[in-house]
Amino acid sequence: MHTLLAAAAADESWITLDWSALAQDFWPSTIDGLTFGSIYALVALGYTLVYGVLNLMNFAHSEVFITGAYAVVFTLSGLGFGASPPNLSWAAIALNLVLACAAAMAAAAGVAFLLERIAYRPLRRRNAPRLVFLITAIGMSFVIQNIFFAWRGATAEPAVIMMPTKPVFDIGGTIIYLDTLIIVIAAVAMMVGVDQLIRRTRLGRGIRAVAQDPDTATLMGVNKERIIVSTFVIGGVLAGAAALFYVMKVPSGVVFNGGFILGIKAFTAAVLGGIGNVRGALLGGLLLGVIGNYGQVLLGSSQWTDVVAFVVLVLVLMVRPEGILGSNLAKVRA
Amino acid sequence: MTTPMEGAGAAQAHLDEQSEAKPSRFAGLTRWWDGLHRWQQWAVLAVAAVLVYLLPVLNPPLITSEPSNDFPITCVTMAIYALAALGLNVVVGQAGLLDLGYIGFFAVGAYVTALWTSQDSSFVHIPYLWTLPLAMIVTVFFGIILGLPTLRLRGDYLAIVTLGFGEIIRLLATIIPALKGQTGFQNVGAPPGTDSDGNPIFANNKGVPWYWLTVTIIIIVMLLLGNLERSRAGRAWVATREDEDAAEIMGVPTFKFKLWAFAIGAAIGGLSGALFGGLNGFVNNQKFDVQTSMLFLAAVVLGGAGNKFGAVIGGALIAYIPLRFTGIAEYKYLIFGAILVLLMIFRSQGLLGARNHLLTYASRARRWLSDRPGSTPAPATKESGS
Repeated sequence: MHTLLAAAAADESWITLDWSALAQDFWPSTIDGLTFGSIYALVALGYTLVYGVLNLMNFAHSEVFITGAYAVVFTLSGLGFGASPPNLSWAAIALNLVLACAAAMAAAAGVAFLLERIAYRPLRRRNAPRLVFLITAIGMSFVIQNIFFAWRGATAEPAVIMMPTKPVFDIGGTIIYLDTLIIVIAAVAMMVGVDQLIRRTRLGRGIRAVAQDPDTATLMGVNKERIIVSTFVIGGVLAGAAALFYVMKVPSGVVFNGGFILGIKAFTAAVLGGIGNVRGALLGGLLLGVIGNYGQVLLGSSQWTDVVAFVVLVLVLMVRPEGILGSNLAKVRA
Repeated sequence: MTTPMEGAGAAQAHLDEQSEAKPSRFAGLTRWWDGLHRWQQWAVLAVAAVLVYLLPVLNPPLITSEPSNDFPITCVTMAIYALAALGLNVVVGQAGLLDLGYIGFFAVGAYVTALWTSQDSSFVHIPYLWTLPLAMIVTVFFGIILGLPTLRLRGDYLAIVTLGFGEIIRLLATIIPALKGQTGFQNVGAPPGTDSDGNPIFANNKGVPWYWLTVTIIIIVMLLLGNLERSRAGRAWVATREDEDAAEIMGVPTFKFKLWAFAIGAAIGGLSGALFGGLNGFVNNQKFDVQTSMLFLAAVVLGGAGNKFGAVIGGALIAYIPLRFTGIAEYKYLIFGAILVLLMIFRSQGLLGARNHLLTYASRARRWLSDRPGSTPAPATKESGS
């Protein structure tokens, strides 16, 4: 390794810290990082909820997300959206986006529901060990991904532009666009909603109870199966919303394996904040988005984004093995 | 003295019953195998080994992948995948550590070979065969670097961190100029030797010598791993896999043994990567993605986690199916995914189940005890002091 580093360094220095670029791009990359971070956080919530209730790393959640993204693209292209900004009034655009969002949520939640039914429920009946659950999840991820591959091929779907770029306001020279604003505000609002749902509603109480002790919860009259299905569906709905924002941000990024890496990063975000912890997912997602972007600007190539994200994850876990906010859905107090 | 021991015997018998609870064709095979004497087992293995060695030469019809893919090359690919699955089986099957970034070690091995033999690299050039141990040393180093901070984490955290490691290796191969990204390294070395016509024996288009080399390495590795399984390390791995807290309480230094498992698995992964680089004669950053990592995992699970023979068969199948049935090669991930799910739901121990014998020679001891006239129900063997 040392020889390798020495040789690499002799070759040309491949790792340069460009602080001036970071200083120059600090605010734009922060804003951009927050935008992507919001998307990660929404997907991370799906991982975290299922993990909290079942102790299962639902690998196939990334495919739940990409299903939502396909639904967004199909709905919007069906409504006549295309590669150029739509020529509609803002109210009409908003209506169309709400429709697309509803379609994405329905599709993603449907896939999440089916996942639970087809793959995980039979395993729970058999009291399968955790490794078996995880491998099943990986298998399902492959299956769903490749169903899309068989159906849509390896090329990305044509881009769908949702709205004209519209600067809303600028902070000290950094222009904030409308889509950024929508994504961050809507995502954070949804996460606050989920957090309140977990803390204050009857369903949320059920989720917390099952996370804490499934058997006792069942004895106390909680319908465990229904709770488990609900967590999958909630995760799916949030992934659908994330898919809408993702297509808004990356119009031509819908391809059969487009969800995989994003899913891995969302799971990383969930672990970073503390898996099973709703607020942790929000914190982890935003942190990961911002840190990844800083790394990208600092090191001067988008290749570095994921490397930085994973290195940060390892460093955080070395100090706090349970993630930043600790990892327990069960400990949440109403 | 006998009372606790009898309890242990019953528990072990119960475990055996459990592991053989689901009757199937393979379970019968396993039981037949366990019923054989040691010398009979060796004889069967010797015959099997000869058949395996002759496989590319015989080129049997139906099995052959010939019109679309050269069969000897198919055989080498199968062998290399089998070797990689064997290494991953130490980590996943024996020690129960979920490693989703195993392709990282495979990639490191391939790159070590490329860096020290290819004309495209500015390193000191050494003969190809020396890069095999070198690749193992370097990957062990990487395995320890990765293992030290992460093996104290919980199981699923370990999974995501190893996944990240695999990705980091792939991305670094793209980023670091010395690793040449997609351009890669041409003319990676091969073992020496020329045939009577003066052509190199180990050419990239001649599978048979490569295949024999790889199978020989697999056999050596399997012998070593078999001894490891029956040693203190193997028992520690099984104990860690079954119940880490209990193992720790009983005085097994679990962290140390987990690190050992990681390092050994990494070394075998590096070795298979080095063979892969040599066979193809070309190494770039394209073949080391997460999906391949998952395929290795699928191979281990398919064969039956914790079973050496299972891992080899699983690895060979994973490589063979896409090469043999080229019509479905495009959908290999779909098919493997579906197979994985069905296997997990209906036969989660894989084709050949894991061997749950915590006690090394339990089968032999039981037979010896049951052969004795008027013997009591077999008490469990005493574990030799560890």
